[in-house]
Amino acid sequence: MERDDLIVNDSYSLNAHHSEEEGVKIRKKILFVTVLLTVITAVEVAMGIIFKRAETFSWEIIKWTFVTLTLVKAGYIVMSFMHLGDERSVMKKTILIPYLIFIVYLVYIAFTEGYGHLSMYNSFH
Amino acid sequence: MSGHSNDNVSSEELWGGGRSPYGISYGKMYMWFFLVSDALTFSGLLTAYGFSRAASEDPWPIGEQVFRALPGLEGQYPLIYVALMTFILIVSSVTMVLAVEAGHRNDKRGVVRWMFATIIGGLFFLGSQAWEWSHFIHGGGGSFLLATEVSITADNGEEYILPVGEPIFMDHHFGELAEPYSNGDASVELHEHHGHVTLTQFGEHTHEAELHQLTIHKYIQDEQVISGDDIYKLWEARSESFTFGANMHENEYATQQSYANFFFFITGFHGFHVFSGVVINFIIFIMAYRGVFERRKHYEMVEKVGLYWHFVDLVWVFVFTFYYLI
Repeated sequence: MERDDLIVNDSYSLNAHHSEEEGVKIRKKILFVTVLLTVITAVEVAMGIIFKRAETFSWEIIKWTFVTLTLVKAGYIVMSFMHLGDERSVMKKTILIPYLIFIVYLVYIAFTEGYGHLSMYNSFH
Repeated sequence: MSGHSNDNVSSEELWGGGRSPYGISYGKMYMWFFLVSDALTFSGLLTAYGFSRAASEDPWPIGEQVFRALPGLEGQYPLIYVALMTFILIVSSVTMVLAVEAGHRNDKRGVVRWMFATIIGGLFFLGSQAWEWSHFIHGGGGSFLLATEVSITADNGEEYILPVGEPIFMDHHFGELAEPYSNGDASVELHEHHGHVTLTQFGEHTHEAELHQLTIHKYIQDEQVISGDDIYKLWEARSESFTFGANMHENEYATQQSYANFFFFITGFHGFHVFSGVVINFIIFIMAYRGVFERRKHYEMVEKVGLYWHFVDLVWVFVFTFYYLI
């Protein structure tokens, strides 16, 4: 495993320069991510048009497919376009972990309470 | 990606002060912290939307039925316009990442060109959103509620007993014409012909519109169209008030108001971010053009505004999924 507690001197992002050859490689990667994001969006739209909503298992699968595809898209935007993937590991953790802890909890509690309210309403009406 | 030398230091020295343990400059780090707090705000809004939807006692409207118009075109194109908006924002995100890449090569011309393209993309998105809002506010023709119970046969042959309070949706042209009636204007006369309703409005101008169909259950799972003489039965059973499009108090898309309010708040808050992003991009574009960063010998400001711009794209990806798709 690569040690991330070692840093190179003077490695502030102010000095983030790369050569022409590296630039060609980076642009290739940008093109790849662009095509990927576009294709995922097109697939999502096609799924949205084709599949109808129903209170069934198949709609649950489609719903979670949307969520997964969205997280893939978000991952590529954050890691590639925002260059978080190129930052040091400690930086990644500082940004992602506090956010994820809050949001996973918030989503959990909001949906539990939301469905709870609805079932309460339904049982008294 | 950054210009590393091989001068490795130990962890002790790294955290001992005098250097950035994160290997990132002050400005970029605080841009990240700002974005995390902003991301918490947007997540809070989307989670609140999810909560309202999960707790909703009434049916929730379906994205591809509400958003299915294209500017200047007749017919229905579910989600195509929103997909186009998403694509515009992704492309402008790509041009921004290309500007950052050009900055890493100290290529001033490249930075200026790609920043310009990013600003154009942002303006296109803002324009699209303005149309989307306008269309959402004007609506598809309006709706009225039934004041009495009606039994009806839909075009697909299914029979319905529609209760008091059931929303009935009107054809676009007819809806516009019926609007003065909602303000108590009594100068509307209704004539029945075979198969459709003719509405004549007297006053300074005389309009005439024919209503060929009304819709029940629009914007939710089982959209049903009513035509023929049954339209007249529905029209006779209407309540006094009509709803047209959406505002902060009522909307024709759903019986509960939170659907429209979340639309205004979430896409409005995001649109405001896009607007400020375009302004900031423009400032950086001018600075790059005037050679400020060339003299500084690094283009880190482009990276920082780039982070903000990508964040705007990132938020839209989630809004697209949770507001429009699911």
